[in-house]
Amino acid sequence: MAEIILPKINALQTRPAGAGPGEPLIKINDLSLFYGASKALKNVSLHLGEKVVTAFIGPSGCGKSTLLRCLNRMNDLIDNVRIEGSVSIGGHDIYGDNVDVIELRKRVGMVFQKSNPFPKSIYENVAYGLRLHGMKDKSELDGVVEQSLRGAALWDEVKDRLHSSALGLSGGQQQRLCIARAIAIRPEIVLMDEPASALDPIATTRIEELILELKKDFTIVIVTHNMQQAARISDYTAFFYIGELIEFDTTTRIFTNPAKRQTEDYVTGRFG
Amino acid sequence: MSAPNSIDFRTKQFRAGSFFFTGLTGLATVLILAILAIILTDVIFNGWRTLSWHFVSSIPTKDFFDRHTTGVLPMIIGTASRVIVMTVFVLPVGVITAVYLTEYAPNSSMVTRIIRAAVNNLAGVPSIVFGLFGLGFFINFVGKNLDAALHNPTAVWGQPSIIWASLTLAVMTLPVVIVATEEALKAVPQGLREASLALGATKLKTIIKIVLPQAMPGILTGGILAVSRAAGEVAPILFTGVAYYMGSLPQHLTDRFMDLGYHVFVLSTQSTNIEQTEPILYATVLVLLLLTFALNLVAIFIRANMRRKMRSLH
Amino acid sequence: MENHFETGIQALRQRLLLMASHAETAVNRSVQALMERDYELALQVRSDDSAIDQFEIEIDEMAINLLTRAPLASNLRLVTVAMKISQNLERIGDEATKIAKRARDLSQEPPVKIHLELPHMAGMALSMVKDSLDSFVHRDSAAARAIIPRDKAVDELNRQIHQQLAQHMMAQPDTIARCLHWIVATKSLERIADHAKNIAEEVVYLCEAQDIRHAAMKAAT
Repeated sequence: MAEIILPKINALQTRPAGAGPGEPLIKINDLSLFYGASKALKNVSLHLGEKVVTAFIGPSGCGKSTLLRCLNRMNDLIDNVRIEGSVSIGGHDIYGDNVDVIELRKRVGMVFQKSNPFPKSIYENVAYGLRLHGMKDKSELDGVVEQSLRGAALWDEVKDRLHSSALGLSGGQQQRLCIARAIAIRPEIVLMDEPASALDPIATTRIEELILELKKDFTIVIVTHNMQQAARISDYTAFFYIGELIEFDTTTRIFTNPAKRQTEDYVTGRFG
Repeated sequence: MSAPNSIDFRTKQFRAGSFFFTGLTGLATVLILAILAIILTDVIFNGWRTLSWHFVSSIPTKDFFDRHTTGVLPMIIGTASRVIVMTVFVLPVGVITAVYLTEYAPNSSMVTRIIRAAVNNLAGVPSIVFGLFGLGFFINFVGKNLDAALHNPTAVWGQPSIIWASLTLAVMTLPVVIVATEEALKAVPQGLREASLALGATKLKTIIKIVLPQAMPGILTGGILAVSRAAGEVAPILFTGVAYYMGSLPQHLTDRFMDLGYHVFVLSTQSTNIEQTEPILYATVLVLLLLTFALNLVAIFIRANMRRKMRSLH
Repeated sequence: MENHFETGIQALRQRLLLMASHAETAVNRSVQALMERDYELALQVRSDDSAIDQFEIEIDEMAINLLTRAPLASNLRLVTVAMKISQNLERIGDEATKIAKRARDLSQEPPVKIHLELPHMAGMALSMVKDSLDSFVHRDSAAARAIIPRDKAVDELNRQIHQQLAQHMMAQPDTIARCLHWIVATKSLERIADHAKNIAEEVVYLCEAQDIRHAAMKAAT
């Protein structure tokens, strides 16, 4: 199987932080996923770089969310799912025999399409993951909660009501809270499954700006059905169609001059 | 059909179907309320005169039929204790079973389907059968063997008592608690579980910290239903612990007890003078209703408190 | 169901082609007016120029409108290239107008007795314009690439002709005014060839997404 190398970025383009040749952080190798007999992911091979934003695009049902959920093994929750091939993160096969899924999910966080804050206070939402993994000291918790809320561009809006219910926040604020909750435990990778699709345009813009900030510290993989969004915020883009990876390249290349006809047709709106 | 421009939308159109249906549902509601009102009025009207502080606070003599000297305190204590002990057993077992069925059991497996079938069938068993089960299993098997193991000279566990009656009732109301809990668990949005798991929580922690607290009001509703059903049941306690007469209040779980519902039965069948007994009968029923309401009220209060807390702080 | 965006893209393309044919006609006529000393034809070219200017404004408007809909890939390239080509076409129109002005003036004066390679140069410039526009119509990247080196030959001819005219002016000072007209006209032809080369470079970008402009500078560095 040919080694897939990260495509070189034209020197005249802005260099995405941390990208370039070198050991990719996530290596997906000949991955196939079966729901029972039906093959939802077909022999996907892909390498994702560190501290960049990679976008998965494609029409509904193409498998992009399924692939995303393979990266933190959330697909384990579904009955009848079978995996072939491998996914390795930081050099370790995450579907290997001795893998502790709990540890994996500490290192690979996730933000969902529909924001899902716990019916607890804002503070308790962010502290949930921290407490889970053993942090007890109140001042330490206070510090990390504040840092995470700042990191999610939410601190100024909620600092005076940390102990009020999270459900009282607006949709955009709730989603940023979910991001704060996810980054509180300092994962290396943050997976985002259409994080802004349920939000109004202004809230969406704030989330996008946030992602551009976050990529300085985290590796981000985002699934989006909004191509302009992918063009705006991602450094690399992977295009999927019916479970197959059709093309993977720098975002600029995919959106100005894709190599494959299918990609061109999808991106210009001729289908899907 | 008149032309579109000339429909006058200011006059309400008479739609026969809607009217008929609204009328029907209104009638059904009125009917139910009426029946409830009739029963309550009958009981209250006929029973309140006999209801007095003396009535509810004194232990009766063997003569139940003198309305001035008789009392129902032991029956109140008996009914209340067996309901409370039942709740202590049925809630944990029911909740754990429901958690297993909803969160852990694979939907398609044979074992799951057998368990569900068993729960459903349990709900259909007549209460007298539970009474016989309680006698045969709890008293004659578990109790007698316990006595043998503890080398008790006389039967301590191997006889009718509060504990066995409560356990029998617990088995009887288990389906109610399981179903109510399952519904409450299913109502918790899947997104919350996913969020917790994605942060690195185990399934167990997710259930304990997120799912169960969220489902608690629904679980308590199940408890309320169980309590209401059990308070009025007489058949299951017939062989498992109720006594015709006890001169004192029950002290231990191994004691027998008197019961309001059973007392009503006793009064109706053992009385020689129905006219004299009738007021006592009504008063006992009234006390039973009030006790049931009171127990329910406590649970409803706890549940409302919980809901209020969930909505604002915490 | 109709793809409204596609319709917009096609409309842009059609407009551009229309502008191109006007520009091509203007060049043809201006050269003809120059060669055949046709006063009327020269005036006609001048009056048509405003139409070409109008096209540029229209096309830019259509392109901006399409940009608000965030086109991607080949659509994006088409929109940006359309704006550039329309600008080049507008300049071609201006240069044709300049030639027409000189043709008008020269036609009122007796001809200068000098043999210039002008028809040859005009022919090369004209064919560069035609070929670049054809390569756009047919999205023929190879044809577009072939146009680019031809510009050098046109530049060389321009230099030659200027030198000839300069010598003639020094030898026969009474022809200075007329020779100056010829110099300006020749310069305009050279510029027209440049713009045709630019158009060809844009066509290469449209087809291949390769930016081959200023290649000589790149090669030198």
